[in-house]
Amino acid sequence: MADQNPESGSTEPGSPAASSPEQDAATRADTAPAIADDETAARLLNAAGERVPNAELEPWASELDAEAIGGLYRDMVVVRRLDAEGIALQRQGQLGLWPPLLGQEAAQIGSARALRADDFVFSSYREMAVAWVRGARPEGLTRAWRGISASGWDPFTVNMAPMQVIIGAQSLHATGYALGIQNDGADAVAVAYFGDGATSEGDVNEAMVFAASFQAPVIFFCQNNHWAISEPVGLQAHRAISDRAPGFGIPSMRVDGNDVLAVFAAMRSALDRARNGGGPTFIEAVTYRMGPHTTADDPTRYRDPAELELWAGRDPIRRVEALLRGMGAFTPEFEQQVADAADTAAAELRAVTIALKDPAPLSVFDHVYAEPHTALEREREQYRVYLEQFEPPEGAVQAADDAESTSADNGGAR
Amino acid sequence: MTVMTLGGAINAGLRAALAGDEKVMLMGEDIGALGGVYRITDKLQAEFGPRRVVDTPLAEAGILGTAVGLAFRGYRPVVEIQFDGFIYPAFDQIVSQVSRMHARTEGAVTLPITIRVPFGGGIGSAEHHSESPEAYFAHTPGLRVISPSTPQDAFTMIQQAIACSDPVLFFEPKRRYHVKGEVDIDRPLADAAPMGGAHVVVPGTDVTLVAYGPLVATARDAATAALAEGVSIEVVDLRSLAPLDLETLAASVQKTGRLVITHEASGAGGLGAEVAASITERCFEYLEHAPVRVTGFGVPYPPAKLERHYLPDLDRIMDGVDRALGRFGSETAVLGSEVTR
Ligand SMILES: Cc1ncc(C[n+]2csc(CCOP(=O)(O)OP(=O)(O)O)c2C)c(N)n1
Repeated sequence: MADQNPESGSTEPGSPAASSPEQDAATRADTAPAIADDETAARLLNAAGERVPNAELEPWASELDAEAIGGLYRDMVVVRRLDAEGIALQRQGQLGLWPPLLGQEAAQIGSARALRADDFVFSSYREMAVAWVRGARPEGLTRAWRGISASGWDPFTVNMAPMQVIIGAQSLHATGYALGIQNDGADAVAVAYFGDGATSEGDVNEAMVFAASFQAPVIFFCQNNHWAISEPVGLQAHRAISDRAPGFGIPSMRVDGNDVLAVFAAMRSALDRARNGGGPTFIEAVTYRMGPHTTADDPTRYRDPAELELWAGRDPIRRVEALLRGMGAFTPEFEQQVADAADTAAAELRAVTIALKDPAPLSVFDHVYAEPHTALEREREQYRVYLEQFEPPEGAVQAADDAESTSADNGGAR
Repeated sequence: MTVMTLGGAINAGLRAALAGDEKVMLMGEDIGALGGVYRITDKLQAEFGPRRVVDTPLAEAGILGTAVGLAFRGYRPVVEIQFDGFIYPAFDQIVSQVSRMHARTEGAVTLPITIRVPFGGGIGSAEHHSESPEAYFAHTPGLRVISPSTPQDAFTMIQQAIACSDPVLFFEPKRRYHVKGEVDIDRPLADAAPMGGAHVVVPGTDVTLVAYGPLVATARDAATAALAEGVSIEVVDLRSLAPLDLETLAASVQKTGRLVITHEASGAGGLGAEVAASITERCFEYLEHAPVRVTGFGVPYPPAKLERHYLPDLDRIMDGVDRALGRFGSETAVLGSEVTR
């Protein structure tokens, strides 16, 4: 793209007739260098599970004693298990689609556990672990993917907006919410979660302009999981993504997103700044999406298996386990407790999901407007009369719906 | 003749366009190594290289805005919007810039940009993946809007769109991507029917049923079902939504005296309203009944488990045909019992 030359003709001489994913990756790397290493990311815990010093982050992690770290570990294990259950439910036809978070447990749990109940989250579709921490009921995690609702939870009981599918849009919403907090003289904070790909969208850039202009108490939390479907992060950014925010006048941090302690500490420090009138912060959590983009995606078409292997060695859960062992806190009882918690959560997710009923036909007209709307009332009435032409009556139709709902179809949604 | 899927035919059409004109280039999210989320650009990057089949950053306004600049420079960009619901971030570039550059420059600049949009529902997908935004663009002067319904048309019309000197929105009926049909890949483009013309795809005498894109197949099914009941439906595939081929439509309605229009998009301000008004203006004295619309409801596209209620299906189209014939159906609810508020 950068040096298109219309004069030269643009067919690549000797371009291969067919190529492997590896070759394709290599081709792309020519035009867009990937930042695939995590060497410049700040951390408190390395991949081997050893504590490493970091003067900047350290103070913000001081409250994390063995028990708190154990809690973070438990959360990560539970959400990994819930994620696996989500995939299984999709494979069994109970969900139309599922966007796995495998590999991103530390980024989500570490950041969400740092929040206060009155902070408000605006997320994308992959933040199941954040929703879990915010207190969303299990069915909240699956209702939308089962195709019975566009949202999962009441935003005001968990202080989290419904998941956002339009890439980056939520970053503006978070900024606006933060402006409201500021006007109200409150000390809560709004947080926008988005991916590396989202940083290319206008909305995210405009959000940073607004946040900086008004010094809004908002945190931009970017999970750089290295891929936007098939596009490597190097296609979105030629430098570390965290380098972008300072240009908008927003301080940024680049942390190891697979280090739950570092993520927690980074978030704590950004929250503290925002609560005390210091304005926005941009956090880039460097992590990796270990699974496909969604259950409809085929990463073997674009991803080098060696990269996957590299990141498997940086697993966010295993390193905390090693830390806890070193602290003498990874007892057999603890291990059992965590396993039980994961089993219980997964079983509950499965049970409530399978029990979810299909919505009634006329509910298609519900909640479009907050006040009566005559055109919609007319349409609802027409459809009601139309449905009445058919036998059997409503009750039997609903029963048929229920039987049908065991085979949610997956039609290539992404 | 080769048997191909509709999606495969678009792929073949893109390949032919890339091979035939080195100024043609494809741009979009995930269209390279992945071949697009629907594989419509499968293997094209391997064949033509990453400078002609370009994976863009994740930014729709960026894609359309840079396409404008490329067109200034003599290129013919073919952009893919990954899903219907993701065209809105590019809306400003399309309606404020792409549509009117030719007029603004008093004809000095042409923007031969093709905007491919997989659109419509019926695939059990997530939010924002099943929209029918075509009316926004049909409403905007300077844009052409077309939608194929068969593999042959898909193959031909994508090439016609790319060859056209105007910006063209090419709405691909994604739930019909896997429908197979015969395609004549050797017939010269010049011999093909013009891009802007509607086709009578099922001849009939009692009712004209107008559809486009994904619902043409459903309309054909309705014609078959109606015949069993002794009603002869003439199905017209619009093919072009802007401009409309009013001659073909008027000729049909003058013959049948009755008009039903169906589309997935909601009815208010939709293509159905435009067709109904245009035909009423021209054929008022031929009409035996007011034109009838069978459309998606005035609600955001619903979650997957409700989409079968939202989408016009064979039964709802037949109900509309009944109304056009002045028979039972849900007519009382449409014209009678007015809700007053
Ligand atoms: C405006 C818009 N364009 C395109 C898409 C299709 N899409 C869904 S997810 C995705 C990739 C997002 O990547 P990233 O922002 O890095 O987040 P991740 O999925 O990796 O968490 C794309 C292109 C969309 N949902 N919204």
